[in-house]
Amino acid sequence: MAYSDKVLDHYENPRNVGSLDKNDPNVGTGMVGAPACGDVMKLMIKVNDSGIIEDAKFKTYGCGSAIASSSLVTEWLKGRTIDEAYSIKNSEIAEELALPPVKIHCSVLAEDAIKAAVADIKAKQLAAKEAA
Amino acid sequence: MSALNNGISDNHSYFELFGLSPQFNLDLAKLETNYRSIQSASHPDRFVTALLSEKLRSMQTATLANEAYQALKNPAHRAKYLLALQGIEVAAETNTAMPADFLMQQMEWREAIDDAKQSKNIDALDALLAEMQQEARSLQATLIDLIDVKKNLPLAVDATRKLIFIDKVCVDINKIIEHLDA
Repeated sequence: MAYSDKVLDHYENPRNVGSLDKNDPNVGTGMVGAPACGDVMKLMIKVNDSGIIEDAKFKTYGCGSAIASSSLVTEWLKGRTIDEAYSIKNSEIAEELALPPVKIHCSVLAEDAIKAAVADIKAKQLAAKEAA
Repeated sequence: MSALNNGISDNHSYFELFGLSPQFNLDLAKLETNYRSIQSASHPDRFVTALLSEKLRSMQTATLANEAYQALKNPAHRAKYLLALQGIEVAAETNTAMPADFLMQQMEWREAIDDAKQSKNIDALDALLAEMQQEARSLQATLIDLIDVKKNLPLAVDATRKLIFIDKVCVDINKIIEHLDA
């Protein structure tokens, strides 16, 4: 499989690999997996009080395209609001990385990880509000 | 020859093709025997002097039997096929929502595989493979219960998706082991 230069760049120098404190009330975690390819992706976002994503980290086990997709979205997420993050489409990721059709599902994984992380932080915020 | 004379069509399920009842807990010996007999009955050598239409039909039968055999022999594929017969898609490529504890376990396994790969520790990889195969067997036992006994198809979908997942990781470990062995 010939990877695009952008995929190779993210694959060889992945941005924002790691994790954030999952017990931090301002940190949301999204974990997703694709049965067919056995890939697992964990995305964590730290959101400030104005709902802006200050930090994002990821850990992905999978092919180069899955790693590049998650690395790219951590760059995109910083500075965006959680609602803006939620609206990121897999097609934008696939286009930026020039993913071939057989690798589109890797960008779907990244989109779903964002949605899961946003849902997690919203659930946490709601629980905190109800507890207050 | 019976399969040929019966005129197999796409309307028949893979199970019917081999005279098996559609269940997850499959009689693998019967699958094997009936597959071999269809393959030998439709072997090209038997159709050297046959009419072109007969040659074509025997080729189609052989192809279908091969496809059916592959789909039924592998437990994950068999479960997926059984669910498809009920009109249920497991969406192994498109649905990425999996239980969090399952994904955590996968993440830990992947980390352990990576460590073992870096240190070229084949024993550790073999141990991980054994652990995953154990998990696969336990999922297969669950699937017998969910598909054949309880007919709880929604839960069967979840177990099938896990089995497909673990199968893929096992394939990956085997590749790493082969590579290190070489």
